[in-house]
Amino acid sequence: MKAEEIHQRLQACLPDGVGDLHTECTDPWIAVRPGAIAAVARVCKEDPELRFDFLSNLSGVDAKESILVVYHLYSYALRHSAVLKVEVPKAEPATQTVTPVWRGANWFEREAFDLFGVRFDGHPDLRRLLLPEDWEGHPLRKDYVFPTHYGGIDNTRDYNL
Amino acid sequence: MTLYNELPATFVTTNVDKLINWGRASSLWYLLFGLACCGIELMQTGGPRADLDRFGSVPRATPRQADLMIVAGTVTLKMASRVKLLYEQMPHPKYVISMGSCANCGGLFDLAYSVLRGVDKVIPVDLYVPGCPPRPEALTEGVLEIQDKIHRERYLTRNP
Repeated sequence: MKAEEIHQRLQACLPDGVGDLHTECTDPWIAVRPGAIAAVARVCKEDPELRFDFLSNLSGVDAKESILVVYHLYSYALRHSAVLKVEVPKAEPATQTVTPVWRGANWFEREAFDLFGVRFDGHPDLRRLLLPEDWEGHPLRKDYVFPTHYGGIDNTRDYNL
Repeated sequence: MTLYNELPATFVTTNVDKLINWGRASSLWYLLFGLACCGIELMQTGGPRADLDRFGSVPRATPRQADLMIVAGTVTLKMASRVKLLYEQMPHPKYVISMGSCANCGGLFDLAYSVLRGVDKVIPVDLYVPGCPPRPEALTEGVLEIQDKIHRERYLTRNP
């Protein structure tokens, strides 16, 4: 299916949760409301015309005022792909987990939580994935201030030596 | 060689410090411990072509049996406390080689938020081997330099 057809199908199933289709870029993407992503994911997986059986990537983007959570879906059964984007406010970045739909989303969401601070409600085990558990802040945000000390270690360096 | 023979036949005369240092330098067991791509070169150094074993250096998989720590690779802040713990678990006397640019000063990852800017911020380093990563020949020379350092020490009289 083409991106337009996928978008129409999704909008027919969930008119409230699915936003516009954006085609001005290489990969056309579909905007999804934060409160609807779990339902949209379920439809994507189980609808016989969509059958997105594989979540190939889940990533985050810092868009200054907000954070985008990007879902790259692929259907091995029907050999088509789609991109979903959920925009969450930076002050309170909360969305829903898709782990019950695609098990592989578990660590992707932990990584997005670790590096962007996005909270995935309903996630079975939302801890940091890469950084230590006592780390402060979320490093891939544009306003992140790099730490000079960590765990009693002075990590500064004199560049004027 | 620090052993020298003045008597014929089966006697060797030397002094105890030199004998002990000869033994220590010739059995410099290193901790089997790679952190990044330098770990690959470390494996090559222990492999048949460079063959670090011929100098008596064999890898040990536990810090309690190791004399030498070769910090081979990028030390992240998350790993730093583990590196320090491994160093503290090694028995005295112990030596540290910082292998490669990352362990020396942060190297390529100098501007990263998560990387320690030199392993010498957490443990004392005896020798820095430059390179990204250093060739096995460079690391072999580093181990030989540590052997020279051991030969120069006065082991028995150091802590009376």
